[in-house]
Amino acid sequence: MSLIEFSLSSYNEVLKNLIRHVELVGISILLGILISIPLGIFLTRHKRMAGLVLALAGTIQTIPGLVMLGFALILIGIGMLPAIAVLTLYAILPILRNTYTGITEVDKSYTEASRGIGMTNMQTLFKVEIPIALPTIITGIRLSTVYIVSWATLAGLIGAGGLGDLIWTGLSTYNTNYILAGAIPSAILALILNGLIGLLEKILTPRGLRGSRV
Amino acid sequence: MIKFENISKSYGQTAILKNISFEIKQGEFVVLIGPSGCGKTTTLKTINRLIEPNDGKIFINGKDITKENPVELRRTIGYVIQQIGLFPNMTVEQNISVVPRLLKYPKQKCKEIVQDLLKLVDMPYEENAHKYPSELSGGQQQRIGVLRALAASPPIILMDEPFGALDPLTRDTLQEEIKQIQKKLKKTIVFVTHDMDEALSLADTIIFMDKGKIIQMASPEEMLQNPGAPIIKSFLSKQIDNGSNGNGSQKLFAEDFMRTKVLKVPKTSRTLECIKLMSSRDVNSLVVINEDDTYLGTVTIEKIKEQGQPGKEIADLVTAEVITVGRKEAAQVAFDKLLSSESSYVIVLNDNQTVAGLITRTSMAKALGEALWGEVQ
Ligand SMILES: Nc1ncnc2c1ncn2[C@@H]1O[C@H](COP(=O)(O)OP(=O)(O)O)[C@@H](O)[C@H]1O
Ligand SMILES: [Mg+2]
Repeated sequence: MSLIEFSLSSYNEVLKNLIRHVELVGISILLGILISIPLGIFLTRHKRMAGLVLALAGTIQTIPGLVMLGFALILIGIGMLPAIAVLTLYAILPILRNTYTGITEVDKSYTEASRGIGMTNMQTLFKVEIPIALPTIITGIRLSTVYIVSWATLAGLIGAGGLGDLIWTGLSTYNTNYILAGAIPSAILALILNGLIGLLEKILTPRGLRGSRV
Repeated sequence: MIKFENISKSYGQTAILKNISFEIKQGEFVVLIGPSGCGKTTTLKTINRLIEPNDGKIFINGKDITKENPVELRRTIGYVIQQIGLFPNMTVEQNISVVPRLLKYPKQKCKEIVQDLLKLVDMPYEENAHKYPSELSGGQQQRIGVLRALAASPPIILMDEPFGALDPLTRDTLQEEIKQIQKKLKKTIVFVTHDMDEALSLADTIIFMDKGKIIQMASPEEMLQNPGAPIIKSFLSKQIDNGSNGNGSQKLFAEDFMRTKVLKVPKTSRTLECIKLMSSRDVNSLVVINEDDTYLGTVTIEKIKEQGQPGKEIADLVTAEVITVGRKEAAQVAFDKLLSSESSYVIVLNDNQTVAGLITRTSMAKALGEALWGEVQ
């Protein structure tokens, strides 16, 4: 059977797994954002803890995905939940690091001015620091997303579904069609999300900051 | 208006401010000067509570400022810093109106404030309000920095070396403007600098600091006549050494303290290129010369904007309002002419009527020092 015939006949199966894949990526990135941005901002206010927390997040990143999935399987069981837990952990680092550095690197003259003219700490954060750091933060989200699209193929191993399901089926039955039907859509998905978030970054960058990073 | 009572500040074991007391009157232009690290910035920042002293009290209009909420206090005190610190994510209009917006002024009122203030520095609203700071020259950025500090009409403005990073021509123009603004709006200004020329030409009162202490507090004239300590003397003479070549002659001529860097344009220049030149160099007027390099007159930005037509030559717009002096005329004469003149400078001419330089208030202050300290090595 050629790849095209295969795609036509297994259309529903591929689509189902693709949707599941997007769900896995979307939920874990969303959780990653909800954890990392507030945590990153918190760390800029408590710089002594920052080194430790960033090192910890960096260490998590170096643990091989299969090992993490193994732990999750033992601790939580099979299905979507352990997969999302693991993917979220992996999503944290790039967003956390970029939020932290983005805000730390906002030039002191801006925060000095904002305090000096009478902004509260919250106003300085929301009116000055976050807008200026936004491009860097979104770059972090983009890195995480591209990365999680590929890590999410591992989720198939613990019964969470997704495009990985097709790849693993293909690998265990020596069926190239299955492998390609999983691999090609996940590559395309990574490219599309990368482009979309890049576009979002452009739109959300304040006009006064376009063209030059401050 | 502002009263320091025995203010001390230390970091760990290091004393930065040592028992400082002084009083600033309403509407006074006070300049804090002294060597780098002597505590000028620290003193300034205790006024808006960016720094809290360890000891002593500061009163504004009789009220102890530690009794007030620091954020609300800062909204009633303008603040301008050397790094300018305009918010890059906000337009000129948003930057200027940032404090009024924090204070929840109505939208229309905010817009009026921005329009009025831009008029004050000759930057038309339509042309500038929607620009971002990155689209302005350094001088224009700091003008907006000053306007941001003025926007909520605070009675007091603090300025920390606001013109320190600008090129000398631009600095002169902005010094003139801030002095005009202060007189017009009757603000109390506390201004930090390490440049004695700037202090002499701006201050009603100069406070000279060294190693966390006030060495002398006096008017510019008095400080020139009776410098209270050797370090002040050396500060005054250092400025002068930088400025002139001191030829040892007792008699001083106009040429001895003129500035030779002058923006000259031929009378055949087009209006547009002159406007561009003026805005890129942050000056309000240009010296216009004939084909043979002799002096013709000056042209101001207002005149071009009022009467100029795009693409036309500037010859018709040139006036001879600015007073000229010969380079060998006595200093005294040149000063008298400058002081009685409408404009902020006089033009110095060579014998063959070409332009030699010009004398501004700042170069005059420098020369005053030279008259007193000219022989100091
Ligand atoms: N946060 C700080 N911790 C320790 N020392 C400081 C701090 N801020 C300023 N200083 C010191 O205080 C002295 C005065 O500083 P500053 O007021 O900025 O001087 P100036 O503005 O006159 O150049 C300097 O020697 C500086 O190193
Ligand atoms: Mg300083």
